[in-house]
Amino acid sequence: MNKVFDNATQALDGLLHDGMLIAAGGFGLCGIPELLLQGIKEAGTQDLTFVSNNAGVDDFGIGMLLQTRQVKKMMSSYVGENAEFMRQYLAGELELEFNPQGTLAERMRSAGCGIPGFYTRTGVGTVIAEGKEHKEFNGETYILEEGIFADLSIVKAWKADPTGNLVFRKTARNFNPPAAMCGKVCVVEVEEIVETGSLDPDGIHLPGIYVHRLIQGEHEKRIEQRTLREA
Amino acid sequence: MAWDRNQMAERAGRELQDGWYVNLGIGIPTLVSNYIPEGVEVTLQSENGMLGMGPFPTEDEIDPDLINAGKQTITELPQTAYFDSSQSFGMIRGGKIAMAILGAMEVADNGDLANWMIPGKLVKGMGGAMDLVAGVGRVVVIMDHANKHGDSKILKDCTLPLTGKGVVDRIITNLGVLDVVEGGLKIVELAEGVTEDELRAATVGTIV
Repeated sequence: MNKVFDNATQALDGLLHDGMLIAAGGFGLCGIPELLLQGIKEAGTQDLTFVSNNAGVDDFGIGMLLQTRQVKKMMSSYVGENAEFMRQYLAGELELEFNPQGTLAERMRSAGCGIPGFYTRTGVGTVIAEGKEHKEFNGETYILEEGIFADLSIVKAWKADPTGNLVFRKTARNFNPPAAMCGKVCVVEVEEIVETGSLDPDGIHLPGIYVHRLIQGEHEKRIEQRTLREA
Repeated sequence: MAWDRNQMAERAGRELQDGWYVNLGIGIPTLVSNYIPEGVEVTLQSENGMLGMGPFPTEDEIDPDLINAGKQTITELPQTAYFDSSQSFGMIRGGKIAMAILGAMEVADNGDLANWMIPGKLVKGMGGAMDLVAGVGRVVVIMDHANKHGDSKILKDCTLPLTGKGVVDRIITNLGVLDVVEGGLKIVELAEGVTEDELRAATVGTIV
């Protein structure tokens, strides 16, 4: 079965519908699926809910889809650095569900592992715990958090082979593996598709079973906070 | 007289023990990495998926795939390891990280911590702070003793929404070091030139 497509538009063909829930990898602007986000922008799909740690910046990443008013709701842990996001949120035009960062990652991972809920100490005694089941284990209080089952996962990796085995690079891995795992369908963009057999089987970060469609392309890889030390 | 930011960071550096894996928050906590005591080896975690965080890069070393949890460019070390966000918070939630050093807006004398939102103001989110304070072995707060209006940030009850309940172990401020103990706070150390009376007068929370 062929998983390799020519571009984002072809790879997303037939997968998008209004009101869908999309899980996106990336942390800040690092390791975001920039080509697939551009493809969703061009497709014009509406009322999207994004599960993504951040919301990009005004003109890059998910921020692009905020400008075109394609996003209905964000499920994130941190949404600073985005003026248009704040404008829409304060105007009541955009829903926002804050999740602690580790809870968000585990909600994605666990769903991908067929686990619909898990107990965590994170957020006990805070607004995050309101309305959630509380349970004691060994004298400690935990809250129930539910898995996030997405309609579509969009992911950025460094290299892939044509079967979808993935290798990530440095901290650009971040939310990409859990995002890949929690979707019914997972589309991945990489910098390079290499020949089957050329990746070390012991060095695969995410096996191709999670990957349904694959594209290769040029990435801008914008830097959010360029911080230097004295040479 | 009191400690300045660097002296606070230097004092916090003395909290570090050889062999520890540690997470440093954004702001003054980041400065602590400049004051790791001689002979103490610690590994810094960045919760976006890295153990063994190195210093900021030179122009030639900048790599868009290598950032810290504050989204700043950084470098790796020979012992660096990378992993995904769920494993990163697995080691945090699982108690593998010995200590987190974090900033705060308010701390209560029972260890309650508020450092993520001010109602009515721009809310950016809690990021990984709630996971860290709930999961790591020890939570040390490093902050100015008073806010910009001169009011104590150490209170009987936090007025702001909490990041964690009863999670703080030790507070390092410009005036000294306090531990959260049964019944309130205990003075551990006074900053240079600060008297116990001055520290007590500047603190709203109960000191036992």
